[in-house]
Amino acid sequence: MTGALAAAASTTSTGEAVQFWVLGTVAVIGALCTILMRKAVHSALCLAGTMIILAVFYLANGAYFLGVVQIVVYTGAIMMLFLFVVMLVGVTAADSLKETLKGQRWLAVLCGLGFGILLCAGIGNASLTSWNGLGQANSGGNVEGLAALVFTKYVFAFEITGALLITAAVGAMVLTHRERIERARTQREQSEARVRTGRNVPPLPAPGVYARHNAVDIPGLLPDGTTSELTVNATLRARGQIRDVSGEALAELAALEQRSERWLGRGAKGGGAAGKGANGTSANGAVNGADGDGADGNGENGAHANGKGADERSQDAGSHKGAAK
Amino acid sequence: MENLIGLLVAVPLLGAALLLCGGRRLDGKGHYIGTVLAASSFAIGAVLFADMLGRGEHDRALHSHVFSWIPVGGFHADVAFQLDQLSMTFVLLITGVGTLIHVYSIGYMEHDERRRRFFGYLNLFLAAMLLLVLADNYLLLYVGWEGVGLASYLLIGFWQHKPSAATAAKKAFIVNRVGDVGLSIAIMLMFTTFGSFAFAPVLAEADRAGEGKLTAIGLMLLLAACGKSAQVPLQSWLGDAMEGPTPVSALIHAATMVTAGVYLITRSGAIFNAAPDAQAAVVTVGAVTLLFGAIVGCAKDDIKKALAGSTMSQIGYMILAAGLGPIGYVFAIMHLVTHGFFKAGLFLGAGSVMHSMNDEVDMRKYGGLRKYMPITFITFGLGYLAIIGFPGLSGFWSKDKIIEAAFAKGGTEGWILGGAALLGAAITAYYMTRVMLMTFFGEKRWVADENGNEPHPHESPGSMTFPMIVLAFGSVFAGGLFSLNDAFVKWLEPVTGHSHGDSPLSAAAVTGGTMVVLVIGVGLAWAQYGRRPVPRTAPRGSLLTRAARRDLLQDDFNHVALVQPGQYLTRGLVYVDHKLVDGVVNGTAASVGGLSGRLRKLQNGYARTYAVSMFGGTAVLIAATLLMRAV
Amino acid sequence: MNPVYYLYLAALLFTIGAAGVLIRRNAIILFMCVELMLNACNLAFVAFSRLHGNLDGQIIAFFTMVVAAAEVVVGLAIIVTVFRSRHSASVDDASLMKL
Repeated sequence: MTGALAAAASTTSTGEAVQFWVLGTVAVIGALCTILMRKAVHSALCLAGTMIILAVFYLANGAYFLGVVQIVVYTGAIMMLFLFVVMLVGVTAADSLKETLKGQRWLAVLCGLGFGILLCAGIGNASLTSWNGLGQANSGGNVEGLAALVFTKYVFAFEITGALLITAAVGAMVLTHRERIERARTQREQSEARVRTGRNVPPLPAPGVYARHNAVDIPGLLPDGTTSELTVNATLRARGQIRDVSGEALAELAALEQRSERWLGRGAKGGGAAGKGANGTSANGAVNGADGDGADGNGENGAHANGKGADERSQDAGSHKGAAK
Repeated sequence: MENLIGLLVAVPLLGAALLLCGGRRLDGKGHYIGTVLAASSFAIGAVLFADMLGRGEHDRALHSHVFSWIPVGGFHADVAFQLDQLSMTFVLLITGVGTLIHVYSIGYMEHDERRRRFFGYLNLFLAAMLLLVLADNYLLLYVGWEGVGLASYLLIGFWQHKPSAATAAKKAFIVNRVGDVGLSIAIMLMFTTFGSFAFAPVLAEADRAGEGKLTAIGLMLLLAACGKSAQVPLQSWLGDAMEGPTPVSALIHAATMVTAGVYLITRSGAIFNAAPDAQAAVVTVGAVTLLFGAIVGCAKDDIKKALAGSTMSQIGYMILAAGLGPIGYVFAIMHLVTHGFFKAGLFLGAGSVMHSMNDEVDMRKYGGLRKYMPITFITFGLGYLAIIGFPGLSGFWSKDKIIEAAFAKGGTEGWILGGAALLGAAITAYYMTRVMLMTFFGEKRWVADENGNEPHPHESPGSMTFPMIVLAFGSVFAGGLFSLNDAFVKWLEPVTGHSHGDSPLSAAAVTGGTMVVLVIGVGLAWAQYGRRPVPRTAPRGSLLTRAARRDLLQDDFNHVALVQPGQYLTRGLVYVDHKLVDGVVNGTAASVGGLSGRLRKLQNGYARTYAVSMFGGTAVLIAATLLMRAV
Repeated sequence: MNPVYYLYLAALLFTIGAAGVLIRRNAIILFMCVELMLNACNLAFVAFSRLHGNLDGQIIAFFTMVVAAAEVVVGLAIIVTVFRSRHSASVDDASLMKL
């Protein structure tokens, strides 16, 4: 290991070349995926992969400390921060890749190509045929060498960087802090207010019971078979993440009731009543199904307009239907 | 005593300030305030006059330095007054006649609700006119000169609800501006030539400056005089100025302001004496205007316009006399004073007639008024006799001397000028007789107007007849008094100088000739208007009559010679401005606008678009760096 | 193999990151692209460190990481705040820079 590292410091081996070409390709693919993935989560994961490969390249270049820091700080902390924010903002939100600014994409590609070519031309222009390895510099250990530099030559910059980090931390807190401008109401006050207004005095009704995933996103049914908006969290409603009670589910419910009544042997006598009830239920179910379709249609429309989340939602809905069948 | 000079100006100025700023609460007594202040100014003038008479002939001039107005380096403009015999004469004339006309206006303007303002303007005029004649330098004189122009404008347009009055006021103001330009140029020339514009140094060093410069200054002064005194070619405003109230016509446009040109030329005598070409121009202007005004006066049926023509003509006499040099200065001023009396009297008489005839001005609708307004008839008649030069009356003494002096100029010039003056005297006799006959003699020709209001001619109230009587006394006796023992000549000689010239005709011959033309003029007028009844509507008349009715086409001339070319020029300039200048400006604006409209699209507010430009810029920078390295 | 190839790789990654900044609208992804560009720079620094045979390049890369961490903290806080008030993380929505 030590020998290999020392060799990496001053010479390059075939192994390193192979590693460069393989991992380099992966890194470029990762970078491209970062900018081309529609979902932010995927982008973040691809970027994390690219960063890990870069960490390997650091190690191969004799920057052992940086390689470790890259993994720990970048891939470990920063990328997780990214993921955290992505989750916060909405993990399901996928970007539309449709360009809205006229000519922006062409210009970007053109500029990118020109820039890259020029950069490469610049590197090619430079006379970098002969090079010194890091053997000398790393002779006392890479971390020790860096420490010596950081605490002597770069000590001032180091101190200022510390100040910068503190500022950034305080800045982040200031930015995300929301001042409460009034006293929070106590539970007692809230319940008193509820009684006083006379609306929703008891707790809100629970969501629907057709649990496939987490049932909080399915509205509960009222006695007449219609859905109740009250049963679903307002945030979910605002995000458009409510799932509708599908017609099949209602039909299935009606069939279940029929079956259980028949099994209980109340067929002839209560048949009329049950049939009536079943008829009524199925009628309601049909109505509901129609409603659900309408809502789905709306969802589709929203997908066209909104680009991303809708797609997933319809997928979800599809899977839900499939499960129902 | 010196301090009193400033008071002379200050008193009417105070009156103007009081009356114009005092507001409505002075409406009831404003006219008394104005009159009393004018009278006190006259009283101060009289005290100064008595004091002046008490001193020797050569140290009569008083000097009073009030304050340094504009002291800048070598440039000193002072507010300083100079009261010598010439100024004294004017002070007495201005304050005396001015006071009388204030008194007259109390009655004449009785029914005007803006009477307070009227008196304020009159006081303002008095102050400005006194400043003009009392100034000891040309710059201060210019202030007074503009001041009387302003007062004249305000008073001509006093009835500004009449479009004709408003237009006349503007016309007077604009024509006067032409003259004022002359005066300002003259003052600038004086400053560059003499390094000063105070009378004393300028006039003392006048003969040492080059004749060319003096001629230029003289011509510019003449232009100024032409504007203010309504001399050809700037005469056109005076006839229209009669739109103002009659007391204004009497005071400003007959007795005082219009004679400011004569004062200016007489005051600048030293300059004109040393510039014979300028003097020739002055006498030419005088002679031409003398005949011009007289001819216009013959044709007018409007009593005030006939008198305005007469004023123009009489001032022509004065300018002629002033242009004759030391032979004529004294007589110019003497005629100015006597003219001030009788012409003011005539205008007040005309005002009195109009007052009783429901403001009718057409003489063809008068006739036989002598029975109804005896005092007006007598005072007007005395003024009439004075102006035509009836022996013994004021006009006789002064005009006769001017005709004499014109002949005394000598040579062909003398004969021409004398002849013109004599001819003028004949025409004067003719048109004044015509005015007299049409107004006071013959049958009554007035009828009820369309509203059925028939005028009831009546004698005017005492406040109006009193000034007329006083002025009639002046018209009768002033000339004789001045000529007694050559008193006026001796009085003014220390200031203006005097020489007799060598007349080819004896004084008696000139007087005889004047008498002959006088009789011819009166006889002709009587033959035309006295023997036959006057038609109520004007006959078509000869070509000359028709031209004279139109002021000898002065407005048409101005229109064709000045207004139209000006209009064409302006139109051309407007065209150039619209098409060329605006085209360039608008074109530039449009192209810049279009360009920025395009460029604005780059600024769409999207951060990513800006990022592209940054990125592209970086690429360009790298390319440039590489290129530089390669080169 | 010459370590210069690392530089080419860095240039390529940097360009890809820059293009991503220009193409994507989601502020979070934009940020990731910026991070990618910074990492590309770091790679270049490390490669230069090896080429020149001293550790200064690595020190600069280290500082870059620190600054990037600070930047990410503040930037993400801003994104969260913006998302909270506008319910969107699209940079195109904040196009108020024009009149």
